Amino acid sequence: MSLLDDYAAAAGEDVIDHLRQLAAPLRGATVVHVNSTRAGGGVAEILDKMVPLTEELGISTRWEIITGDSDFFECTKGMHNTLQGNRIPLGDHLLRVYEETNAANARILGPTLREADFVIIHDPQPAALLSHVPDRKGKWMWRCHIDASHPYRPVWKYLRGFVAPYDASIFSLAAFAQELPHPQYLVPPSIDPLSEKNITLPDEEIRRTCERHAIDSERPLIVQVSRFDRFKDPLGVIAAYKLAKRFLPPIQLVLAGGGAADDPEGEAVLAEVRAAADGDSDIRVLLLPPDAHREINALQHAADIVVQKSIREGFGLTVTEAMWKGKPVIGGDVGGIRLQVVNHHTGFLVSTPEGAALRIRYLLHQPDKIREMGVKAHQLVLDSFLITRHLREYLTLMLALRDGAEHDRIELA
Amino acid sequence: MSARAGSIRKATPFKIKDCALVAMATGRRARLMPEFRREIATVPVQSIYHHFWGGLLQPRFEEREYNNDFAAWMRHSMHDAVLAERLAALDPTSCPELEALRREMLELIDNRLDEVEYLSWARASIQFEFLSSQIVIFDTGRTVSHPAELAENIGHLSTSSIFYHFIDARRRVPEGNNDFTLWMQSFGRDFEPLCASLTGVDPYFGSITELRQKLATIFQACVREHRS
Repeated sequence: MSLLDDYAAAAGEDVIDHLRQLAAPLRGATVVHVNSTRAGGGVAEILDKMVPLTEELGISTRWEIITGDSDFFECTKGMHNTLQGNRIPLGDHLLRVYEETNAANARILGPTLREADFVIIHDPQPAALLSHVPDRKGKWMWRCHIDASHPYRPVWKYLRGFVAPYDASIFSLAAFAQELPHPQYLVPPSIDPLSEKNITLPDEEIRRTCERHAIDSERPLIVQVSRFDRFKDPLGVIAAYKLAKRFLPPIQLVLAGGGAADDPEGEAVLAEVRAAADGDSDIRVLLLPPDAHREINALQHAADIVVQKSIREGFGLTVTEAMWKGKPVIGGDVGGIRLQVVNHHTGFLVSTPEGAALRIRYLLHQPDKIREMGVKAHQLVLDSFLITRHLREYLTLMLALRDGAEHDRIELA
Repeated sequence: MSARAGSIRKATPFKIKDCALVAMATGRRARLMPEFRREIATVPVQSIYHHFWGGLLQPRFEEREYNNDFAAWMRHSMHDAVLAERLAALDPTSCPELEALRREMLELIDNRLDEVEYLSWARASIQFEFLSSQIVIFDTGRTVSHPAELAENIGHLSTSSIFYHFIDARRRVPEGNNDFTLWMQSFGRDFEPLCASLTGVDPYFGSITELRQKLATIFQACVREHRS
């Protein structure tokens, strides 16, 4: 069976047929994705499957990463945080490192990028590459995965200078889009239903995972899976758990996450989380390696409720993963979580630890509600947030850019 | 040869198509009523179309409280129930063109601003994002050669197929008609009652799943009558 056959089984034959129709006029074209890490974080996970799937449709596709030193990643982490609203200026030294690193990477990647028909640059890290490829042949798109709804203006003004010359940009939500002189597409990210992180696991494997982490399978389990990042509010999750535990003493909490190669702040946040959890034997703080996909899968399967109490969120793929596994999600009322958590249907949107605690108590008192919301959550992901829909939209916008984005109608029939 | 057989021979098969929308930001947004009015007055008509019709293709778990995004925003973010109800009552199928719909909206907004002074400076809790969309049209590879065959199949078409043939068609087919009616006209007068019934269907109120069911019921009833 081909990869496309596998996806047809998971997402439906019609969905794959649409992909084939979209890919037919693009056959022979070359696509290059560029980001800054091959492991850790949602972007790498999406590209891991997006690239072979596009290849199988007959479109030559490459995935390149840019490299940099610790100053570069300190700068890009700063950009990430400031685009999400932190008001911290970036020093001239760091901005110089950013530009020099992009220039150095452009010297290596230049020939590939110059000849590609379509280049998709992910997030701020490689955004400046375009300025070093003036004789580019294809269409370039800047894909912003970040909640840039309230960026710190001086940093956005700086970055905008690199982004404006692109042919199009892609944001996850309308609220994140910025004023730019080119078409701005709205494409939510997605999960891969066939990845190690999302396949259905044998019960035995889930049980063994729980045992390994001293989780009692007989007691209610709340899980948040995310990087140890302040925007994910892990301390707020612990606060919510403590509030709920006063009323529901048996509950357990797992905070599980990995570090990402481009995230220098993770260690400091992890230390804060461990300090906050100290003394409670029902809280497990798990720092997992980037390839612990089955382990995360098992923890999400084992959960009664999944929490994603972010205070800023580009999209929240861990929310999508949990919903795919039929779990209700209590999520922060921000960013892309709002697209997925439909209040009272697939979970609850909350703004405070108190709100999260209230909903934890509500759901644990109504197991039928947990099941009902889980079924709806799975269906919503099937309809809207699988990688096949994501790829369909990328292929659509490639065709639109090739033929002139001003057309609002693309006829394949 | 009967007239009916002759007309059937003339008709070309109906190609069943499917579609998907890709949303785009227009870069326009509004948090205050004067901003909202200004954007309604100047935003491309594709955006007005998207906010009246695009929601039908989005998965949802309950009846839409309001039938267009403008009315929903007016109620839940601007918190003006009166204008929300008036905007919700607008039926785009009754406007000959989108510019007329835009003028209707502006009239309602201006009237409401005259009625209630505070709305001129009220601030919405969440800003309105004006979107538009590109539509991509797929070939399902399936055709039907007679209305009776369409009657058997219409209940099984995807909701996006129904959207394409019955809603998007209004932008493509003369007199705001739909693809089914246009095709059945090639059968001469045989299916005029069916065409008339379809013209009477208002696709705007209700979900697209309900619309599909309604169309299936009409098709089956008319085809039964035609056979008898």
